[in-house]
Amino acid sequence: MIDRRSFIKGTGAIAMTAAMTSSWSLSSAFADEPAPPKKGGHLIIGLDNASTTDRLDPAFWFESWMYFTGSQLFNALVEIDDKGEIVPSLAESWSSSEGGRKWVLNIRKSVQFHDGRSLSAKDVIWSLNHHRDEKSSSPVKGYLEPVTGLAATGEHEVTITLGEPNVEFISLLSAVHFVITAENEAFEKGIGTGAFILESFQPGVRMLVKRNPNHWNPERGHVDSVETLAMNDSTARVAALISGSVQIINRVNPRIVGRIEKMPSIQLVRDKDSQIFTLPGLANLAPFTSLDGRLALKYAVDRQQMIDTVLGGYASLGNDNPVFPSSKYFSRDIPQRPYDPDRARFHWQKAGFDGPLVLSAADAGFPGAVDAAQLYQQSAKKAGIVLNVERVPDDAFWTDTWLKKPFCTSNWGARPTADALLSLVFTSNAPWNESAWRVPAFDQLVKAARGETDEVKRRQIYHDVQVMLVDQGSEIIPLYADALSATRKNVRGFTSVPGVPLSGNRAAEKVWLEG
Amino acid sequence: MFMALTLPFFGRATGRNRLTSMIARRLVAGLLMLLAISLLIFAGLNLLPGDTATAILGQSATPAAVQALKLQLGLDQPAGWRYLHWLGGVVQGDFGVSLTSRENISVALWERLKNTLFLAGSTALVAVPVALTIGFVSVRFHGGWVDTLLNLLTRAAVALPEFFSGYLLIFIFSMSLAWLPSNSSVQVDMPVSARLMAITLPVLTLVLAVLGHMSNMTRAALLSAQRSSYIDTAVLKGLSPMRVLWRHVLPNAWGPIINVIVLNMAYLMVGVVIVENVFVYPGLGQYMVDSISKRDIPVVQGCALVLSAVYILLNLFADAVALLTNPRIRHGT
Repeated sequence: MIDRRSFIKGTGAIAMTAAMTSSWSLSSAFADEPAPPKKGGHLIIGLDNASTTDRLDPAFWFESWMYFTGSQLFNALVEIDDKGEIVPSLAESWSSSEGGRKWVLNIRKSVQFHDGRSLSAKDVIWSLNHHRDEKSSSPVKGYLEPVTGLAATGEHEVTITLGEPNVEFISLLSAVHFVITAENEAFEKGIGTGAFILESFQPGVRMLVKRNPNHWNPERGHVDSVETLAMNDSTARVAALISGSVQIINRVNPRIVGRIEKMPSIQLVRDKDSQIFTLPGLANLAPFTSLDGRLALKYAVDRQQMIDTVLGGYASLGNDNPVFPSSKYFSRDIPQRPYDPDRARFHWQKAGFDGPLVLSAADAGFPGAVDAAQLYQQSAKKAGIVLNVERVPDDAFWTDTWLKKPFCTSNWGARPTADALLSLVFTSNAPWNESAWRVPAFDQLVKAARGETDEVKRRQIYHDVQVMLVDQGSEIIPLYADALSATRKNVRGFTSVPGVPLSGNRAAEKVWLEG
Repeated sequence: MFMALTLPFFGRATGRNRLTSMIARRLVAGLLMLLAISLLIFAGLNLLPGDTATAILGQSATPAAVQALKLQLGLDQPAGWRYLHWLGGVVQGDFGVSLTSRENISVALWERLKNTLFLAGSTALVAVPVALTIGFVSVRFHGGWVDTLLNLLTRAAVALPEFFSGYLLIFIFSMSLAWLPSNSSVQVDMPVSARLMAITLPVLTLVLAVLGHMSNMTRAALLSAQRSSYIDTAVLKGLSPMRVLWRHVLPNAWGPIINVIVLNMAYLMVGVVIVENVFVYPGLGQYMVDSISKRDIPVVQGCALVLSAVYILLNLFADAVALLTNPRIRHGT
């Protein structure tokens, strides 16, 4: 059997060879090979979730606009490719030993920052420590909490030691926040190794960048300049795309996708299963304290109706399982729970909960949450369950409703690994355990899977984990929502990366403009 | 609301003195107003649920992260102290830095204010002459079909909400005809021609929004002035209808007309968030709304202060012009 180290070294080498071979010889060798990327042009992109409070510092990236603009300037150590595999970026290879406790990363040589400095292990240490600082409020601080040692063990070698084994640790480093800037440099200056160099950054308005002529990866960075506009209004985005004043937009409203799809000048990009919508119920409060209460509520939701009505069909059935179908550990053999008012009624009566249950819904929880809650109210009614929908304000939703009200709406984007979301939201001491579901046996399983080097055994553990969540968990996960983006027809090279919209946030450097 | 402050009796002072003394009084009152406004806004924002740290972090707000961010932002200081600190800066012309982006607020505010002034100014340049003409023509042909038609059109324009007329214009001019851009994201380095092209649709939307109000008020003011007995005299003297309107009616109607124009100008400055959103225009309204949702108190206060000052100055201007154009007020009764 090939060990992990040599395998990854191998793929890295193949990628390098491919990069060094000229595209001319490739295209002539294969007659039906698509035309090589065209250089030049000005790309304009309209994205939502922009705010005047945005910052270039990755510890303050919370939404899609910053994910996407930041990724134009900076590179991470690893990336996710179109098949969902972890592939080299600034780390050209890596290896783990001691059962996933020790990780050695080989940093790519002769990579230059935008200001001409060369990349070394010290820059990596500096950039990762940025999220580990005690005063940091970085959203990915938790990923690095198990790290006990982070050191440059050579000019281009970084060694990371973990307090407890995690055989998938390298995948966590593909998170969009783990980008690299030069040592002792503030991220706000935008000095990265990315395919584009910062020209101007106006938070809440636009970012303008120009192509980096010295970019280390010859396969990236085709257009001369990129303008990313803040377009928070979904109708404004669609209008701008149709009229041709922008070439790429994100978050197309599912209700109008049907009409856009038919337009000859526009192509729709559908990233399947990129987000889960959740209805967490606090397991330490009735009716969620009883397994029957939880099962009744799981049988009482008409998942397909929610998909068709709220998301126009652009979602797939969820089974209260937070592991995404794109994960290699997703268990396809767990039977899908149907909408069954009779069984729901049976369990509800057994749970013996009297008094109405209040579902606190806001679209801040997930887009269309209020509509979904009303549908749920109707389908639960048929099972004799009285569900009162309380509409709460979007403003301060995450402070005053989520984690506080017994039953509410929420959502999670796909994470680099199955473990990342499980240990963030579902284990007993998870910082965002939104259902307050605390089962020691479950925690044991998640921990065991994290350190299990045997692939077959790990798969089995993750299977048990998912069965447990489906049958006992205190969250209803009715669906996996698609991410819907759209481009003009002349935009080429826009690929779909599992779980990460906009071509893994790197569409700007991957695409080129034809004609 | 400011009229009440402007109409105290000024005794036997001469016209010019009355004007200067009115302006001086009003400026002092305005400063006090601004102070009261800033205090109200600060108190209001502190009453809202959540604070800057929880608003920025959103779903990722763990107690530890919130605590760390609060320390970073200086939110551990008592609210009263933060207000006084801010006020001390403003008195010296320093609006401070944004809590969330650490940007210098004065610089960002000025950029946005210029954009807002540009949009509001361009709208006024189109809307005011058109509205005056419509009002004038309506009165000249009062009761006839021209009057009825103009009335119908302007009222219809008022009835259309801006987000609807905005999308309608986008649908016609950018999507169907492809003449004009649907996004108006103006940049500092843009040539004037490109800028004008970019703001054509938002200006058109705003003109539709304010035109009806202004032209109807012009018409009403002219009609009411026309009912005075000195107009009968002028007509009996044998003056032509145009001359009567121009020389005798209009001077007596300027006051209310200018008042409504200025009120609409004030609206254009502060009430165009929806239009900014639809057309992706980087104006002051969007900046302020963003900052409110993130509880970025210094930025909200900076914006509010600037907008209130503009509002107060516009009102002052309206009253001063009313005084100058009305000989009766000018010379005392």
